[in-house]
Amino acid sequence: MSIASLAPLAVVLPILGAALTFVLIRRSRAQRAVSIALLSLTLLLECLLLASVWDGGTEAVNIGGWLPPWGIVLVVDQFSSLMLVVSSAVSLAVLVYATGQGMADGDEDAPVSIFHPTYLILVAGVSNAFLSGDLFNLYVGFEILLTASYVLMTLGGTGPRVRAGVTYVVVSVVSSVLFLIAIAMIYGATGTINMADLAIKLAELDPGTKTLLHVMILVAFGIKAAVFPLSFWLPDSYPTAPAPVTAVFAGLLTKVGVYAMVRTETLLFPGDTLNSPLMVAALLTMVVGILGALAQSDIKRLLSFTLVSHIGYMVFGLAMSSVAGLAAAVFYVAHHITIQTSLFLVTGLIERRGGSSSVDRLAGLAKLSPLLALLFFIPAMNLAGIPPFSGFLGKLGLMQAGIQLGTPLAYSLVIGGVVTSLLTLLAVARVWNRAFWRKADDAEHPDPVLLADTKDSATGHRAGKRNVVLLPRTMVGSTLGLVVLGVALTVFAGPLFRVAGQSAEAMLDRSAYIKAVLGEHAPVPGLAVGGSTLSGSTLKGSTLSGSDPGGDGR
Amino acid sequence: MSVNLTLLTVMGALYACGIYLILERSLTRVLLGLMLLANATNLLILATGGYAGLAPFFSKDTDPGAYNDPLPQALILTSIVISFAVTAFMLGIIYRTWVLARQDEIQDDVEDRRVAATPSFDAEDDAVIPVETSEFPLTMLGSDGAAVSDSSAAEAAPAPAAVPAGGGTISAEDAAREEKPGSANLDINTEGGGK
Repeated sequence: MSIASLAPLAVVLPILGAALTFVLIRRSRAQRAVSIALLSLTLLLECLLLASVWDGGTEAVNIGGWLPPWGIVLVVDQFSSLMLVVSSAVSLAVLVYATGQGMADGDEDAPVSIFHPTYLILVAGVSNAFLSGDLFNLYVGFEILLTASYVLMTLGGTGPRVRAGVTYVVVSVVSSVLFLIAIAMIYGATGTINMADLAIKLAELDPGTKTLLHVMILVAFGIKAAVFPLSFWLPDSYPTAPAPVTAVFAGLLTKVGVYAMVRTETLLFPGDTLNSPLMVAALLTMVVGILGALAQSDIKRLLSFTLVSHIGYMVFGLAMSSVAGLAAAVFYVAHHITIQTSLFLVTGLIERRGGSSSVDRLAGLAKLSPLLALLFFIPAMNLAGIPPFSGFLGKLGLMQAGIQLGTPLAYSLVIGGVVTSLLTLLAVARVWNRAFWRKADDAEHPDPVLLADTKDSATGHRAGKRNVVLLPRTMVGSTLGLVVLGVALTVFAGPLFRVAGQSAEAMLDRSAYIKAVLGEHAPVPGLAVGGSTLSGSTLKGSTLSGSDPGGDGR
Repeated sequence: MSVNLTLLTVMGALYACGIYLILERSLTRVLLGLMLLANATNLLILATGGYAGLAPFFSKDTDPGAYNDPLPQALILTSIVISFAVTAFMLGIIYRTWVLARQDEIQDDVEDRRVAATPSFDAEDDAVIPVETSEFPLTMLGSDGAAVSDSSAAEAAPAPAAVPAGGGTISAEDAAREEKPGSANLDINTEGGGK
């Protein structure tokens, strides 16, 4: 009985919380307490899981005692438990933020009371997707989180949200159908949907069939992760949702797609058959995304576009399928979940304080609220990749891996990555200059709240609303917590990069995963086909250089 | 035993109709398209189970190859439940669209285009003095939020110097002052009540 056998609780606890909060739907105070307590408990449990596999190792839990490959299996390894901890920490911060917002605005009645149960189901779906060692269970995890996200996206049912929600639901359902078709095809070809079992059986397939299945899986996850040609839906649907909901969507949902891509690419479809198309997609995602961001004047829309753009970095790391590249991608996912979420939370605060999220109408916020300026500045610089922040370290790792690979395509991606980083800096600097630095009088149409007497900045009068607390302590506190977490990722980048490197090694090696699920005597297929076979020595060499940027951070 | 061609043909037809329908503008048709796609996929999963066989209840004398594969059916059940939930939600959304916009069509993002084309100053939200807009169509508002129709009409008509009132005439200025709702008659002397 190891700690890892508690892994199902990471899914069960939030669902239990959802049931409880649904019963308590008329008692908002009890509802808040239950959801925060259960999510904290989940986070604690996941920290234990991470601690148990911190130094490497993979543990598998058979649900209901059904042995793999027949039963459902949950797999705890470094990558999945790291993702669990980061995602739960972020969800907890967003939950505290959302309850703070609910309390400050006094909207204690329906339909916001549905927020808590739905949100906890979303968290359960995310945990299930991270832990799943079974392709169909991964699909179920996706469906749980997507169905919860449909409800959160259309919360309140106003016109714009319903319109954006329709696009979002239809696109998500189509991508899920594609995923389900891919699962059916894979089952038809191999007779199993257990991922470890598939790793063995897919290798025996005809290369043509295998490539077809590979492409189907990639397209399905590409829509969910918002990789360039399939990312059109994201900037249209995310910004209309309430601020905390947008924050958690931006942080988590696309990263679950990236996680699923990394898992299937390394475990099911190793080798470099589709690496070049993936790299081209990564380059286009980065450049097109950030060019879109530059054209926006609304901060929420701008951040949605940078979100799409930075997915490209992770796909770049994945597409190199080297230890250094994959390690940087793992680190970058953890970094980006935290930073993107905190930026959206800060935007929510900016909207409260300044009355708008459009940079044309904001001004002088640095003078009005220095704390808000600091809360924006740190994650914004982190996103742009300014040293010494974790964004810089992750990008540096990616660049090193790209140069190590040394192909013309890899070099063009390195250049594209640097350009994207600079353009991100330009985009966030424009927000900074206009919303924070210029005088309030220079704004085109400033909200009256910006020009009002600032002696009492805690409360203010907003057009059409009664006196509201502009910056409630819980909202600022949870945002501050996330920003601190982002800084902690920088401070502890050394150990984190080591874990990321080990998990990347384990993912490319695959034997630990397969043996953990199927038992010690499982046949482990050769690493890969053709030129991408990695010998032990290259693994070691690239790991060392992969952990270098972490060393700079300390 | 052979491949069930009927099922495969039905599956193909469902996919074709489903894809055609989700390209429609009407939301109800999009929903029908999604349902057809989900059901076609269920048939596909069923087809991956292989040939039809005996129900998978264990009995000693039966050859293992004679059983049907139960796993795809379990998967189909799960996927039916999921598509049921999504369908119910989509119906709710469609009803909401009907309530809000009185039409069953995917809305153009008119708001988005308007926001892109106009300055970020929103006359309705941001005017310092709230302008009464509820009773009248928006065309009566100028771009700056001020009500233009009344004043422009007054300017267009030749202003009379004096208007008849009761037995005599009073100056137009005073008449205008009196016509304003809630305005106090400032000239106390004419009323005689001050003294």
